[in-house]
Amino acid sequence: MTRAERAWVVLGEVLDPEVPALSLRDLGIVRDVIDHGRELEVVLTPTYSGCPATEVIEQSVLAAIEAEGLGPVRATLRRAPAWTTDWISEEGKRKLREYGIAPPGPVMPEAAVPIRFRRREEAKVACPHCGSLHTERLSAFGSTACKAMYRCVDCLEPFEYFKPI
Amino acid sequence: MQATSIHISQEPRVQYLLRIGDTALILAQRLSEWTGHAPVIEEDIALSNIALDLVGQARAVLTHAGTVEGAGHDEDQLAFLREERDYRNVTLVELPRSDFAVTVLRNTMMATFLRLLWERLGSSSDAELAAIAGKAIKEARYHQRHSADWMVRLGRGTAESKQRLARALDLLWPYAAELFASDAVDDAAAQAGLGPRWGDLKDDWLADMTAILGESALPVPPFVPFLSTGKHGVHSEHMGFILAEMQHLQRAYPGGVW
Repeated sequence: MTRAERAWVVLGEVLDPEVPALSLRDLGIVRDVIDHGRELEVVLTPTYSGCPATEVIEQSVLAAIEAEGLGPVRATLRRAPAWTTDWISEEGKRKLREYGIAPPGPVMPEAAVPIRFRRREEAKVACPHCGSLHTERLSAFGSTACKAMYRCVDCLEPFEYFKPI
Repeated sequence: MQATSIHISQEPRVQYLLRIGDTALILAQRLSEWTGHAPVIEEDIALSNIALDLVGQARAVLTHAGTVEGAGHDEDQLAFLREERDYRNVTLVELPRSDFAVTVLRNTMMATFLRLLWERLGSSSDAELAAIAGKAIKEARYHQRHSADWMVRLGRGTAESKQRLARALDLLWPYAAELFASDAVDDAAAQAGLGPRWGDLKDDWLADMTAILGESALPVPPFVPFLSTGKHGVHSEHMGFILAEMQHLQRAYPGGVW
């Protein structure tokens, strides 16, 4: 394996500090690993503008790669294209469900039209516990920037939903 | 590390960026006052999260403004070491948080405006600003939708909630005019392809606000001659108090970081 390939493996084991069910690779925020010869560069794309985990993520990336003896390494931020939940891997979505968080549905083009009153079509969110589609939103915002609160009307369990953006 | 005030370039490009960054920053500061005080926990979380998104947007834009200015000012220096007259936020965002109706209406007015602004900035000739906008637009859409939902709930809720929202409208609506009062800074930005003249967003803003107010069973008030001047650094009497609180740590412990 090349040094960059080994770094990708390492990054598959660094967990997101706020959703520790997911690795940074699952989350889709590692955009590139570039071997500059002496130095390794890891390119990250932030999830939300104000995500307080951004700095921690950067630190844990550097620490993990150094610990594996793949350094020296630096992390750079790439803002465009903006991160989308569509970049969360299938493996990541499965892990989220097992962790009790409903994974995001695909980002719908109608999300670009925020103001539409009267029977806005909401995508059905499946309960990660029992699979029922009979669920309701309790709160548009949740414990972290990326989630909303839901409740299953069938099994009555509350759960979090990873908002599609 | 210095605790003395810094002064900022009057270059129109820098000024245009400061208007965006400062507007997001001061609105975030006002919203964060609700943390622990909102009427229900869901809204406590919502207002705190919206504040967090705005702080993130402000950080990115202020960092970029510092880079464009080229005088070595970072985001913290820009946020915490300027004098009141050097802040370029619109006056609307510095008004006291007041009651929940005022907060909901201001969030709706500002999210509607910022959504339109970020949409246009997505095609800015400034690649960094366009990249920041690409992220921020997704957040602004969610903020607008959430705030507008609350407008309908308050406007069509109880006699008390409707009356409070109507009072908020009387209070805040006159401050909307400033958003759309374009000047030489706007002209320069439009000419350079940096971003739209803010005045060009007025029709779309009014269309959205008319739809939201209509659903909320409230009339669209007329615009009045009053024009606030926060964008030019001439702020209301409330601004000094915000800055005293915001700047206290950096002034007392220069260069302090978390």
